[in-house]
Amino acid sequence: MPWLSTLMGVSVLGALGVTLIRNDKLAKQFTLLVSLIVLALTVTMAVQFSPNGDQWQFQENHSWIPAFGVNYSLAVDGIALVLILLSVILVPIVVLASWHDAEKGKRSVRTYFSLILVLEAMMIGVFAATDVFLFYVFFEAMLIPMYFMIGSYGGPQRAYASVKFLLYSLFGGLLMLVAVIALYSIAGKNTFMLSDLIGTIQDVNTQKWLFLGFFVAFAIKAPLWPFHTWLPDAAAQAPAGAAVLLVGVLDKVGTFGMMRFCLQLFPDAAAYFTPLVIVLAVIGVIYGAIVAIGQTDMMRLIAYTSVSHFGLITLGVFAMTKGNPGAQDAGTGATLYMVNHGFSTGALFLIVGFLIYRRGSKFIPDYGGVQKVAPILAGTFLVAGLSSLSLPGLSTFVSEFMVLAGAYRLHVPATVIATMGVILAAIYILWMYQRTMNGPTAESVKTLPDLNAREKWVVAPLVALLLVFGFYPKPLLDVINPAVKDTLSSVSVTADQAAAAPGVKEGK
Amino acid sequence: MNGTIPAPTIEYGMLAPMLVVFGAAIVGVLVEAFAPRYLRSAIHLPITLLSLLISFVLIVWQWVEGVPTKAAAMGAIAVDGPAMFIWGTILVLAFVSVLLIKDEGHFVGAAAAVPGSAEEEQALYEGAAHTEVYPLVLFAVGGMMLFPAANDLLIAFVGLEVMSLPLYLLCGLARRRRLLSQEAAMKYFLLGAFSSAFFLYGTAMIYGYANSLDLAEIGASLGVVGGQDMLLYIGGAMIGVGLLFKIGAAPFQAWKPDVYQGAPTPITALMASGTLIAAFGALLRVFWVALGGLDWNWRPVFYGVAILTMLGGAIFAITQTDIKRMLAYSSIAHGGFLLIGVIATGSAPAQNTSALSGILFYLVAYGFTTVGAFAVVTMVRDAGGEAWHLSRWAGLGKRSPLLAGVFAFFLLAFAGIPLTSGFFGKYAVFQAAVTGGALPLVIVGAVASAVAAFFYVRVIVLMFFSDPAADGPSVVLPSRGTAAVVGLAALATVVLGVFPQPVLDLAHSAAQSLFVR
Repeated sequence: MPWLSTLMGVSVLGALGVTLIRNDKLAKQFTLLVSLIVLALTVTMAVQFSPNGDQWQFQENHSWIPAFGVNYSLAVDGIALVLILLSVILVPIVVLASWHDAEKGKRSVRTYFSLILVLEAMMIGVFAATDVFLFYVFFEAMLIPMYFMIGSYGGPQRAYASVKFLLYSLFGGLLMLVAVIALYSIAGKNTFMLSDLIGTIQDVNTQKWLFLGFFVAFAIKAPLWPFHTWLPDAAAQAPAGAAVLLVGVLDKVGTFGMMRFCLQLFPDAAAYFTPLVIVLAVIGVIYGAIVAIGQTDMMRLIAYTSVSHFGLITLGVFAMTKGNPGAQDAGTGATLYMVNHGFSTGALFLIVGFLIYRRGSKFIPDYGGVQKVAPILAGTFLVAGLSSLSLPGLSTFVSEFMVLAGAYRLHVPATVIATMGVILAAIYILWMYQRTMNGPTAESVKTLPDLNAREKWVVAPLVALLLVFGFYPKPLLDVINPAVKDTLSSVSVTADQAAAAPGVKEGK
Repeated sequence: MNGTIPAPTIEYGMLAPMLVVFGAAIVGVLVEAFAPRYLRSAIHLPITLLSLLISFVLIVWQWVEGVPTKAAAMGAIAVDGPAMFIWGTILVLAFVSVLLIKDEGHFVGAAAAVPGSAEEEQALYEGAAHTEVYPLVLFAVGGMMLFPAANDLLIAFVGLEVMSLPLYLLCGLARRRRLLSQEAAMKYFLLGAFSSAFFLYGTAMIYGYANSLDLAEIGASLGVVGGQDMLLYIGGAMIGVGLLFKIGAAPFQAWKPDVYQGAPTPITALMASGTLIAAFGALLRVFWVALGGLDWNWRPVFYGVAILTMLGGAIFAITQTDIKRMLAYSSIAHGGFLLIGVIATGSAPAQNTSALSGILFYLVAYGFTTVGAFAVVTMVRDAGGEAWHLSRWAGLGKRSPLLAGVFAFFLLAFAGIPLTSGFFGKYAVFQAAVTGGALPLVIVGAVASAVAAFFYVRVIVLMFFSDPAADGPSVVLPSRGTAAVVGLAALATVVLGVFPQPVLDLAHSAAQSLFVR
């Protein structure tokens, strides 16, 4: 059964179906139903995935444009699988969370939900594509639904934010397009299949240029300091649900792309640029955290925490270079981090979104003492926040520890500085919590209602996932580990070196 | 010379598609002369559409029979693979444009009446109409077919004039904003005549050098004739100026915004698609067949022109506040992208084929999207006619989501977003250029695309993310013809963006034979 195409097909058909439904309420319910069907299908597929089987499973391969050597070719390894799972879990949660978001927008409710489903199909496609060209198509095309979601349904500065988002990403994408074409033409194999292209570019100098073409696109997407300036604008103006998908999934395409394309296609160039990238990543970790501390807009604050977190993920990805004995840990940690960060930041964005929806303000000084009037909201907010600062027992701790442990073997000073980010994380999260939730209850929030049933249904799965994977990350690690190992073999780190590294494989 | 001139052999069968169009144009002139006024439009329309259709069918038939490999009419006209592909494309786009033209209200009643005068009132009252539009369009289309197929510089000049003269006239026939339209016609005529003179003077120079006007013989004479290189260089440069003017490449782009803005929108659609295609066909043929051996000299110049055109078009478009001027600058930028393909032609046949087929595909993709975009422009109107000022388009997505959505889709195609035809067009040309070693040019092209994306996206922002103006323009209910045009263009943009393979194959097999030498 062509699982991956089915998943995308169901999403696309669902998206078309939503646009035909005239009744807004029905359209929402239909969207939720479709996203749950996709989730169920994905889980069914994931169960059949054998972690220690072939690297690529559920393969589909059809010729798409023979004139350009392009194939419609899909498959997943463990890394892609967990990221697809992340996407399809977040989508129904976002749909439920956005129940009333679109009504304030200028355009129809059903368009918004239709865009979410279109985006879902593209998110699955971008992670599952094993053809570089197909990946590029999804990579660029998925900007459009997000662009409309921010631009039509976002905050007061939405037009500015959406254009900035689109142009930054498009610019990176076009540089990548040049690199994609050059890769194809230099490899001269008349194919874009990743598996055929790995190892074809031997010349180090060529690798460096091509690497830069891909890397800049991914660095903008991820976003890595100093390419990050679009993210706070986009995330702050986007409706909360769209912000979750943007930061939780779309940005992961950047770090995912670094791992899958930059490292595997251009290993020598990656090794050459690793010091530079690590410096940028560490700057991002500290810079993002410090700027987050200074924010008064909660959405921007969370966006900056993500800049900091993406610094750590990038550190983990580029710790997967040749000769690092901690490469396996770093890679597994980075992948796990992508998933956990999606849940943790998703929860933060959504809960803050609920808070903002109630009070009508994004600014911290407008709140205070919310804990007393809305204890559940405050409690879940705290859990989400603690996961963002990587408290042991919550899933993000496992991944952050693995990344740092892996990177430590490669570069001690950088890792030490990056670890400071964890301390800063405590400041920005707890200080935000203290100012909004603790203290005397502000006059304007006295009548704030607590989470209603729908909102509890939104938050509960996220908190549950954070806790479960905090104590028992093994299922995820079992899937990710072999895939990282296979990736590392393309980066030509010997298996012995990778296995020699001790780590927190069993979690805490 | 023995006093007898041998009768030329003319392959009427090969030339039939062009002859049908010219024949129908002449019939159209007779209709103007003899048919009563109230019947003319009813007679013209079927003749025009039918002739375009028959011509297209003849091309398809000939394509299936086998593409000729020798130039027709004593070597004057080359009906080869690329020419036939270009003909087919021009015919389809002309057919679509005629569907736009047939809508009432685009053309002035009495062009000779001074705008605002009593005669104009009188003409409006009498319901006068310039039904000559149809034969003029057919002549222009015939010229567009002759120009890229001409295998002889003099025939190319004839084609150029037959294509241009009716267009000069048509540009001045807008019903509304007549002064603007007349100014456009005047500018286009003066500058166009100037560029034609360049072309003709260049032709004379080349004749002085090669003692022949035949492209293949000129090509053969390169490097054989000695001591006259100056004639060749000056002649080649002048011909280049004439051709680049028609494309609207920088620094010869200045006419495009004014003319595109002033001309009746359906005519703009015809010009923006058909003229560009014809001019690129002719440019490729002249510079590849006749001056191919001289590419060491013209390639660097084209490099510069392409960079200037792409960046100039993209950057100047940002400052535009008029939708038609913006589309004109966008067309300039796209001309620059296409020039990348021209530069990508190299010595190896495979490289030539891939560059040529890339250009052909790009032209098809761009032509359809352009006609569609201008068709949408005709539909957005306020009291003063079409609403051109961009501020008037604010909030269109709210009032007419479907139309605004289709227009946004066209804009995304212009910007080259994947899953639209524009992406594959750009990709095909870029890929050919990278393989041909023009990587720096492709990087400039990518940067220019990013700049260009800005102003396309700006229109989308206006349409969808801004509040509608209180007295904003209304979208007229499209006539069946206009609706068909928009629908067809949207369909072509989607299909070429998702399944480009069939058209790529077609372009590839057209380019396979290359231009006959």
